[in-house]
Amino acid sequence: MTRLSLTVNGEAVSVDTEPRVSLADFLRDRLALKGTHLGCEHGACGACTVLLDGVPVRSCITLAASCEGAAVTTVEGFEDDAVVARLRAAFTEEHALQCGYCTPGMLATARDIVMRHTTPDIAAIRHELAGCICRCTGYRGIVRAVARVIAERAPVGAAPDGDCGPDAESP
Amino acid sequence: MKAPAFTFLRPASLDEALAALAAGEGEARILAGGQSLLPMLNLRMAAAETLIDIGGLTELGEIAEADGRVRIGARVTHAALEDGVGGDRWNGMLVFVARDIAYRAVRNRGTIGGSLCHADPAADWPVAMMALGATMQIAGPDGRRELDSEAFSLDVFSCALEEGEMLTAVSLPRLSPAARWSYRKMRKKAGAFGEAIAAVVHDPESGLVRVVAGSSPLGGPARHADLEASIAAGAPVEDAAIRRSLAAREPDLDRYEMQIHATCLRRAITEVMR
Ligand SMILES: Cc1cc2nc3c(=O)[nH]c(=O)nc-3n(C[C@H](O)[C@H](O)[C@H](O)COP(=O)(O)OP(=O)(O)OC[C@H]3O[C@@H](n4cnc5c(N)ncnc54)[C@H](O)[C@@H]3O)c2cc1C
Ligand code: FES
Ligand code: FES
Repeated sequence: MTRLSLTVNGEAVSVDTEPRVSLADFLRDRLALKGTHLGCEHGACGACTVLLDGVPVRSCITLAASCEGAAVTTVEGFEDDAVVARLRAAFTEEHALQCGYCTPGMLATARDIVMRHTTPDIAAIRHELAGCICRCTGYRGIVRAVARVIAERAPVGAAPDGDCGPDAESP
Repeated sequence: MKAPAFTFLRPASLDEALAALAAGEGEARILAGGQSLLPMLNLRMAAAETLIDIGGLTELGEIAEADGRVRIGARVTHAALEDGVGGDRWNGMLVFVARDIAYRAVRNRGTIGGSLCHADPAADWPVAMMALGATMQIAGPDGRRELDSEAFSLDVFSCALEEGEMLTAVSLPRLSPAARWSYRKMRKKAGAFGEAIAAVVHDPESGLVRVVAGSSPLGGPARHADLEASIAAGAPVEDAAIRRSLAAREPDLDRYEMQIHATCLRRAITEVMR
């Protein structure tokens, strides 16, 4: 057991954990944040994607122990995030989810796409989303939702940021 | 799908990391981004008594230029190279290669050093680094040494690191503005490992000419000296010559494998010689 101290969704957390525990299992089992979903547990499906210091990572193949001192944001922490608020609305309007299993990872990934792209290039969005598997929607709604938020943001520049770590506003 | 138990260390310096490796007597492993090691631990395809997380070694995360060569720290991520952090001296080649490795969430953690040491025969950096004439900077119990890419890449999932050694950086020449490169990959979907990879670099100013092909069927990256000679001489490279060169290296390629490798090489060579 080692003592692990980090920030999760803005709150300081300090918990004993086994070194072999993944960030995903740490969030789900130790902190009861079940919004982080597990699909493949080897990096291929994207369901477990969360923000680590503001950028998306696979929580299934990131050790919790490697996150000492870091800031983690899960889907539960997106409540006050302006970009994710727009994405949530666009996901609803474009029918970008059905069962919702992929959605927490999709939102973390989509937020990052929106932060790094200034034009809604469909081919680029599809390339960026290639690591997130959705078994329900057929992706078209998800791609449209992401494109819509990029297009909405384009005229106003960077939108106000949520509490998602220091790098969140980098282009 | 859960990793077995291990001891976890997070050294603050390279010397501390090397001491921990030595103390592990072959049972300790470096943990860089974990994007290959953790899937393998989760799948129980790999084991380690001790993991040495090098995430705290700032020295390994730096990019610096000296004497016309650029030193990229082993811990620099695919995402940093995709974003051109530290400046682009390769006419866009590293940015292009990085962008098509796995997915952004994997690229945010996966490192160039981890990719080179893991030596997956279908991985991208081993091919790209050999094509750019990179050398590998190694630290170990007996001090430091440097190996060129060909000597570093031994076999499938095997590199020339000895017990107790680790990769600290790759050193590569910058390309002149007149240099041309092409990187071609056949894969089933964006982010999947390549079934065939070809990298060709021609820098008329420095004289660097490299033709490298890699993939699982080929057993990893290697140079094609006969094709390099043709490019250096400005002679046209026929499809038959490409197929002969591939067959000389790996006689057991089936028709599909030969087709996709020959196509990647032909496209890459054509693009560079155009
Ligand atoms: C879904 C998915 C798709 C992928 N697709 C691709 C792809 O298309 N192309 C591609 O090239 N790669 C791909 N990868 C692999 C990815 O690039 C990995 O990041 C990379 O292979 C390993 O880098 P790492 O830093 O994560 O190393 P780790 O997983 O931490 O380590 C890998 C191995 O190298 C050793 N090691 C690491 N650093 C050092 C060092 N400095 N010195 C000595 N030994 C060291 C470790 O002990 C371990 O044995 C993919 C991975 C995933 C999960
Ligand atoms: S559960 Fe992590 S990528 Fe599939
Ligand atoms: S909404 Fe069901 S998997 Fe995507």
